[in-house]
Amino acid sequence: MTDNGGKNHLLEALHIVKTFGSLRANDDVSLFVRPSEIHALLGENGAGKSTLVKIIYGALQPTAGELRWHGAPVTIASPAAARKLGIGMVFQHFSLFEALSVAENIALALPGAFDIAALSQKISRISKEYGLPLEPSAIVGDLSVGERQRIEIIRCLLQEPKLLIMDEPTAVLTPQEADQLFLVLERLAKESCSILYISHRLEEVKRLCQSATILRQGKVVACVDPRQETAASLARLMVGGDIHVVRAKAKPQSGKPRLVLDKVALKQDGPFGVSLRDISLAVAGGEVVAIAGVAGNGQSELFDAISGEKLLAREEALVIDGKPCGRRGITERRKMGAAFVPEERLGHGAVPAFRLSENVILTRYASDKNLTKSGTIGRDAALGVSERVIKSFDVRKGKPDPEARALSGGNLQKFVVGRELDRNPAVLVVNQPTWGVDAGAAATIRQALVDLARAGAAVLVISQDLDEIFEIADRIAVISRGQLSEAYPASDLTAEKIGLLMAGEHEVREERHAARA
Amino acid sequence: MDATTAVFLTIVTAATPLLLAALGELVTERSGVLNLGVEGMMVMGAVAGFGAGFLSGNPYIGIFAAILAGMAMALLFGLLTLTLVTNQVATGLSLTLLGLGLSGLLGESFVGEPGVRLPKWLGIDILIPVSFILVAAVSYVLFRTKIGLVIRAVGDSHASAHALGYRVTLVRYACVLFGGACSGLAGGYLSLAYTPQWVENMTAGRGWIALALVVFSSWLPWRLVVGAYLFGAISILAYTVQTFALGIPSQLLLSLPYIATILALVLISASRRLTRSNAPACLGQPFVPDR
Repeated sequence: MTDNGGKNHLLEALHIVKTFGSLRANDDVSLFVRPSEIHALLGENGAGKSTLVKIIYGALQPTAGELRWHGAPVTIASPAAARKLGIGMVFQHFSLFEALSVAENIALALPGAFDIAALSQKISRISKEYGLPLEPSAIVGDLSVGERQRIEIIRCLLQEPKLLIMDEPTAVLTPQEADQLFLVLERLAKESCSILYISHRLEEVKRLCQSATILRQGKVVACVDPRQETAASLARLMVGGDIHVVRAKAKPQSGKPRLVLDKVALKQDGPFGVSLRDISLAVAGGEVVAIAGVAGNGQSELFDAISGEKLLAREEALVIDGKPCGRRGITERRKMGAAFVPEERLGHGAVPAFRLSENVILTRYASDKNLTKSGTIGRDAALGVSERVIKSFDVRKGKPDPEARALSGGNLQKFVVGRELDRNPAVLVVNQPTWGVDAGAAATIRQALVDLARAGAAVLVISQDLDEIFEIADRIAVISRGQLSEAYPASDLTAEKIGLLMAGEHEVREERHAARA
Repeated sequence: MDATTAVFLTIVTAATPLLLAALGELVTERSGVLNLGVEGMMVMGAVAGFGAGFLSGNPYIGIFAAILAGMAMALLFGLLTLTLVTNQVATGLSLTLLGLGLSGLLGESFVGEPGVRLPKWLGIDILIPVSFILVAAVSYVLFRTKIGLVIRAVGDSHASAHALGYRVTLVRYACVLFGGACSGLAGGYLSLAYTPQWVENMTAGRGWIALALVVFSSWLPWRLVVGAYLFGAISILAYTVQTFALGIPSQLLLSLPYIATILALVLISASRRLTRSNAPACLGQPFVPDR
């Protein structure tokens, strides 16, 4: 590889500006990708990474600035034009059609007429060649997230791209699947396909990428060789300061179990749902238990079962603070001292068009007596609660008591979690506490979860982020295809071992048998 | 012609307009658009078909006018819901109201006039084989061609289709217009073949039954045939039973097709697999690209 002599760049993005209303999502951003390199695009959520790649992929048009391909200025008017140039993209939220088959999904991305039989053969061939197993006739809705990603990758490979854009590809993969993906990417780079790799996982970037452009608040703050940096120095560049590290007091002696699941079973809802089978778990006061797993293995179903959105068959299947409540609704479970924070903050955790104080009333009207008085709303009390949450969690907002949708993702998440923590619940269940939240807010939330547990509550965290789990959990269980593994002490587990549990339990059982023998 | 054949023929005649209108709506819904204005498009087709046939004396010009009238209504629906992104349910309902009112106004002078009749072909209306050919063609296009794949893709996830560079709004316009053409044709069948005259509100709720048939068919064209003929049979049964004077109130008998529609929808919805597996995931959702 030669040095930055302008002509040797495959792609140049020069002084790109993109504004949405008053927001400058990209502010004079320049990016240079050389042939055959894996180039990382780093930044926190909202730093402008997605906007920039959408511009490169033709899905957005820049307000100002220029793109060059092989040194010549180009206008990329649409994704189809980008693909014609040789730019492929694997999206973070896959652009797949659940009701269609694998081959049909791929046919949609190819120009011209299609011949499903011939295409299916081609798919099988490429999937074998690159070690990405895939059945062309399978319906996408039935596939795992990892398999869906393979469709996207094969879809790009069929077009023999010169540049492949990958948007946070490992966010949804098990560690083993991620390793396999890295092999594919390294091989592609060797075959002279450059890769633009978007991520905020620094270890990965250090391992895989030869150069990195770092964005912060829409601007390029640095262009570095990640192999020469440490994860901490990259993080500092991304965040613009040091990241708070979660500090936990020593775990207290095992307390009494405050949340007990006893052989919870729940039939799947709809063709693409997951059935829960035989899930048992006890969370004691004082500890944080985390449930790891790849998305779509029953996490949302499990959350619904615990929170009461779906009732269970037996009253004894769920016990909160000694009281069986499997057949009781959400409100009754809340009254027993439990609190729940669902995964989607907008639409599920909060009503977008309601003010924060109104959202406080919606979850706490039953458990906090002063929020409603004989059916009328206690506005002052609700405002008081929301002010308290806003202050203690440093929720940043434009005006007093804004609508939920006016907050940024991270700030709303702090509010939604804070709203429940403010009650000092006996049991807290959180699904994806820091999904799509910037590093600063994530650290605040994690610290609050650990503090709540150390104050005596039972905290159950469902998360796909292994780093997060290792940071806060005392014990870890893994959910896979609707079944939950035993909860192991966090110190006994490694990412590799969790990956094996994610892939399915029996392999690990065999391993344990072997270890005992 | 013996009695069985006669009954069978009346069933076929009753089923054909349902089948035509439902087929158009099926394509519209496959692309992710819910057009509740089928009744309005149908009745406009009926009045335009009758009027053009009556004034020109040529039933083929009548049928052509019926199709155009249905498409004009569909174009209005498209402009509102796809370009101006109004609510599809409310717009569809008002399209029906508009069609019923406007057709009454336009057709005022046609009431009681003798209409022209579409010629028969081997003893049956031409539109009957046409309806089957259309079902076969729609089925082929939807499941065997790239165009059909794109239509289904747009209905399943418009965001993904847009990300791949497909023109979601354009595809939906085409499907909405096809739906309008089919509804117009169904309306023209009513006023040019079924009963060659114009009566205000002569569609009599067939547009709504056609909408229900689409759900009944779980969005598969060939199942529409089953549904349409079943409902055709029930409505003919309602008339035939009346003649036997069994003491059942005629109102109850005449409401049979509608009761059957509700029953069918309840039964189908009870089985979630049936409705969900084929239902276009983006049905009724507005699409606004983030540009």
